[in-house]
Amino acid sequence: MDVFLQACIGGISQGCVYALVALGFVLIYKATEVANFAQGELMMVGAYIHFTLVAGLGLPSLAALPFTLVLAGLFGAMIERSLIRPLADEPPFVLVVATIGLGILLRSVTGMIWTHDTQSFPSPIPEGTFSIAGAVVSTVDLFALGATAFVTAGLFMFFHWTRLGTAMRAIAQNRYAAQLMGIRVQRLFTLTWALAAAVAALGGIVLADISYLHTNLGFIGLAALPAAVLGGLESIPGALIGGVAIGLAESLAGTYLEHLLGGGIKEIFAFIVLLAVLLIRPTGLFGLPDTKRV
Amino acid sequence: MATTVGTTKYKHLITSYAEDAALFRTGVRKFWFGALLVALAIAPVVGASLGGNYVPYLLNMAGIATIVALGLNLLTGSAGLVSLGHAAFFAVGAYTAGFFASTLGFPFWMTITISGLVTGTIGLVVGMPALRLKGIYLALATIAFQMIVTHVVLRWESVTGGANGMTIPPPSIGAFSFTGATRFYYLTAPVAVVAALAMANLMRSRYGRALVAIRDSDVAAEAMGVNLARYKTMAFGISAAYTGVAGSLFAHFLGYIGPDHFTVQLSIEYLTMIVVGGLGSILGSVIGAFVLTLLPEVLRFVLDAVNSFSPDLMLPDLRALVIGLILILILVFEPEGLAGRWNKIRRYWRTWPF
Repeated sequence: MDVFLQACIGGISQGCVYALVALGFVLIYKATEVANFAQGELMMVGAYIHFTLVAGLGLPSLAALPFTLVLAGLFGAMIERSLIRPLADEPPFVLVVATIGLGILLRSVTGMIWTHDTQSFPSPIPEGTFSIAGAVVSTVDLFALGATAFVTAGLFMFFHWTRLGTAMRAIAQNRYAAQLMGIRVQRLFTLTWALAAAVAALGGIVLADISYLHTNLGFIGLAALPAAVLGGLESIPGALIGGVAIGLAESLAGTYLEHLLGGGIKEIFAFIVLLAVLLIRPTGLFGLPDTKRV
Repeated sequence: MATTVGTTKYKHLITSYAEDAALFRTGVRKFWFGALLVALAIAPVVGASLGGNYVPYLLNMAGIATIVALGLNLLTGSAGLVSLGHAAFFAVGAYTAGFFASTLGFPFWMTITISGLVTGTIGLVVGMPALRLKGIYLALATIAFQMIVTHVVLRWESVTGGANGMTIPPPSIGAFSFTGATRFYYLTAPVAVVAALAMANLMRSRYGRALVAIRDSDVAAEAMGVNLARYKTMAFGISAAYTGVAGSLFAHFLGYIGPDHFTVQLSIEYLTMIVVGGLGSILGSVIGAFVLTLLPEVLRFVLDAVNSFSPDLMLPDLRALVIGLILILILVFEPEGLAGRWNKIRRYWRTWPF
């Protein structure tokens, strides 16, 4: 039972990171129909921005958090304006390749600025552990859970209770109709990217906190794709549920299937789930069916 | 050649379908293709006289990459099916060759054929889900395939040698052994040329036109009587077979393969090749493969120059930076790739001064 509980805690904590990446991915995909394969790298950049504010400028880690989110948001907006907007009318495949290129670029530039060495990350919260029913819980796990819950709740409120959020939902439903209603679609696209980059930065901080700070952090962007698909690429609650589900599944597979199927099953279990989801129900749990008028 | 018009002045006008679909539309092209063959034949000898084994080595790598790029371009450029899993097909080809050559001791001509067939069959199987998936969903499925193959390569130790990899003897035909880069080049180059010609013929056939129709609108293609299921799976199969043959050459050429050779980064690199070269273009596949293979070597010189200012800069970083930049700049400024740019230049001069 202890083992099970411990696996669940680790899984949920990791799943929260997946959820944060998937949330950013879904935000962008839902509003702009761009599949952002650089979401993981945005996360990494966010973590490095935070690291610089704390280690370089000497800000307290928690106080640096809002600054990080704002800077990351600006960075996301900049990417939208410089890279995504010129390609807006290209087929989706081109944008997939463009964001892959962006990811490569971000990783190499980050490596040039901060080197590829592993850095210990200044945690925004006091680190410690306590036990619940025999399982060890770290405050970092709680931070992951709290940050994810905060972001999801915040996004929900933003989308449903504010004028801007409603406008974004309108764009997601029908871009042209929204434009005809006087919504500034271009401006909101920029805002969407800013929002997604800020969410990614928070995810990056959580992830760097759970593990460590490294330029390979961005590879989690690939690992989180199954979460986004499982939840459905257009659904924000789906991203949360998909993320936690994939995290749990991975952790449990690592605990219970490792000795049956051999080592390393943990790393690819998410992709087996991804294939299964794509074959059985490509729209995921909460996605919209892909229909198109000819 | 446009005899109906009569004067040579209008040679570039196309007056029949047969002419439009001809492999070499003009005698000039035939001449340049011949010249290319001659250049290819002497390239390693000239290269070896310049810098030892280094140039022939690069030519081999570029030739192998060309075959993969041709295969991927059929699938992604011509049929519009995105694959981020071609390094996996490459791995399947390489390990199949390795298994049959070193473990079972098959001769080279058999292992390369078996590699092509096995990888092609796996491509057909992977292609089946592609019938239901479109665009980004297909890209995700191929990423999953890539991850699973990487895992299998690492863990199926009895066949692949796991993390230790496996060694493959150099190929030989009869008593002649293709050891060394220069000798091996005379295997790689003919295979690459035949692969390119076969692809050119494929693309100008009914089959190639059907694929392009699917890319442009699969609903419209289906309405015109194109069997989507058949053509899409075939595209996957042929593309994978090409990649498998290239993988087999790669295994024999290096003599050693390990799981590190076949990462998702390599898949991305192949995709970069065809985007940089030009989607749906055979010339584009060749240009892309050569540019991406030779680029790091050029960068090595750049790095030496730059390192006097900032000694911390490392080659992988610089290379990734340049690849990322090229990819983005090409997409933004020349979506048809370098081959498209070349065609535009040619068109400009043909109609010059108008």
